Amino acid sequence: MSDVAHPLTGGRNAPALRRDLRRDPEHGMIAGVCEGIGRRLDIDPLLLRIVFGATTFASGLGVAAYLLAWWLLPVEGAQPAAAAAAAEQRSSRNRRAALEVGIGVGCLVVSILLTFRELGLPFSDALTWPLVLVAAGGALIWRQSVGRPGTPGATAVATAVATAGATPGALAPLPLFEDQGDSRPAVISRIGIGVTLVITAAIVFLQISGALAAASDVALAALVVAIALVVIFAPFFVRLLTSLSIERAERIRSQERAEVAAHLHDSVLQTLALMQKRADDPREVAALARRQERELRTWLSGAPARADGERWLAPALQAAADEIEQAHGVAIDVVAVGDAALDRDGEALVAAAREAMLNAAKFAGDAGAVAVYAEAGAERLEVFVRDRGPGFDPAAVPADRRGVRESIVGRMERHGGRAAINAAPGGGGTEVELVLERGEAS
Amino acid sequence: MTGPRVVLVDDHALFRAGVRSELDGLVDVVGDAATVADAVALIRELAPDVVLLDVHMPDGGGLEVLRQVAADAGATQFLALSVSDAAEDVIAVIRAGARGYVTKTISGTDLADAVRRVHGGDAVFSPRLAGFVLDAFAGAGPAAASERDADLDQLTPREREVLQHIARGYMYKEIAQRLGISAKTVEAHVSAVLRKLQLSSRHELSRWAAARRIG
Repeated sequence: MSDVAHPLTGGRNAPALRRDLRRDPEHGMIAGVCEGIGRRLDIDPLLLRIVFGATTFASGLGVAAYLLAWWLLPVEGAQPAAAAAAAEQRSSRNRRAALEVGIGVGCLVVSILLTFRELGLPFSDALTWPLVLVAAGGALIWRQSVGRPGTPGATAVATAVATAGATPGALAPLPLFEDQGDSRPAVISRIGIGVTLVITAAIVFLQISGALAAASDVALAALVVAIALVVIFAPFFVRLLTSLSIERAERIRSQERAEVAAHLHDSVLQTLALMQKRADDPREVAALARRQERELRTWLSGAPARADGERWLAPALQAAADEIEQAHGVAIDVVAVGDAALDRDGEALVAAAREAMLNAAKFAGDAGAVAVYAEAGAERLEVFVRDRGPGFDPAAVPADRRGVRESIVGRMERHGGRAAINAAPGGGGTEVELVLERGEAS
Repeated sequence: MTGPRVVLVDDHALFRAGVRSELDGLVDVVGDAATVADAVALIRELAPDVVLLDVHMPDGGGLEVLRQVAADAGATQFLALSVSDAAEDVIAVIRAGARGYVTKTISGTDLADAVRRVHGGDAVFSPRLAGFVLDAFAGAGPAAASERDADLDQLTPREREVLQHIARGYMYKEIAQRLGISAKTVEAHVSAVLRKLQLSSRHELSRWAAARRIG
């Protein structure tokens, strides 16, 4: 009976748990059937208990229905959250299954009804049934229209079912029919028409069967009831199924739209606001624009993060470049050919490259973009970091400036690679060349 | 006005206006078009020296424009302009006949320079395009000497070296200096690479696998 926990029961204005049709043995009187159904339909469990009780006295039908519901309904909290995803996948199959179950339960109820009648059990149906129908239907409609913002569609069906003289047990598949999205007057008028039809049909049926008690007429009467039920329920089923799928599609669309809107709001709009504030600082504005552009590209390409947790050369360099670009407002263009998973030596290469980018951003940031080129070949990994700054003589770097010596050259050497700094004094720019032979990886 | 006569094809009015004002005084922008059909008609009518061609437009983009006019384009050269980093798009317009590729973030002076170089018959490779091309030709084993097409399917060591330097952010002049060759030779290497790119039947070039895309 997974259809009772249909995913769509996660409604608009109530927690999903509350919307699921479940028994609630903790709060209920016997097995929590009335409590559960009542909570699901937003109606007083007491009302349901009255219906159950009345139908029990009328023909014993209530007991059967109660047992059926006991058997069919899952216990509160029985379905773990993880199963919801699986239920989602089964939803379309379930919809058909729910329809079949609904029809099946209806037929079952009618046959039980007829059996009791055939056996001539106590209390004249002619009196009890119409009373129950009128009381239950009237009460439900009255409560519904007096302003309980619940689930009009579901309640309409529930009302119709209850007033049809079927049993609350037949409500089992009903979570399917919530969130119909109809206007309130439409629901109420439909309830009214349904109730009128059903009561009329029932009374006519009872009068006929009372007058003509022959067995053949019972069959005819059953047919009349069946036809009445079909007439009442067929439009509901068709309409609800259609509106359900339409609404489902709409919900998916609006969810996607909301997601895009949320992303744009968090990223692009924030950046644009920031750019307006910093309009007097062109470099900052350019950096902001570049960062946003990069982020948006990543998002548009839908590239998922590598699931295996491995770090790869090109993305790692790009990430380092993004970070430095953001911190120093210097454009860093990364071009990578090939890619390779990073081991410890590879990580050292990225760290050294990062240091080189940082140097370039700090000392040559005013001279234009920094170019980073990485090539992952079969034999070696190479990274070049090139700036167009004034250039410097590596030999002239004071010994206490550990940046270049330690974190670039020293680091590469410790990891079996090498680093060269090709500096062209006099405006030619500086290029840091990092090479890591792949065969030598420890 | 002197300088090459340029037609600008881009579906974004804002961008066209921006490029026009940036190129003002540097080259002669004689017209612009916002759609593939307009562009084709305009190029046939004006026969410009250089067409700045947006890669991404409705109705097929720059690729479609190239397909329609390439046969009777005469001396008109095409320079692809894109915000896209997707290698397959870029490689596709190059293979369709564009003489180079630059990103839309390029500065006005650099763009004017690129237009002049394309007009002069050179190929304009941005660092990113050089990266794409190296990637496309990567993994090509040493070709058998007897095969006629083999030299189209792989780069010579010198061409690789030149492309690597472009990818590293070097200007042609600087590359020439570093490699000890003339700037003209560098140009020749790049043009040779462009020719290979357009003529090669290498699988990676014709059907660029998305997995090899470079971010």
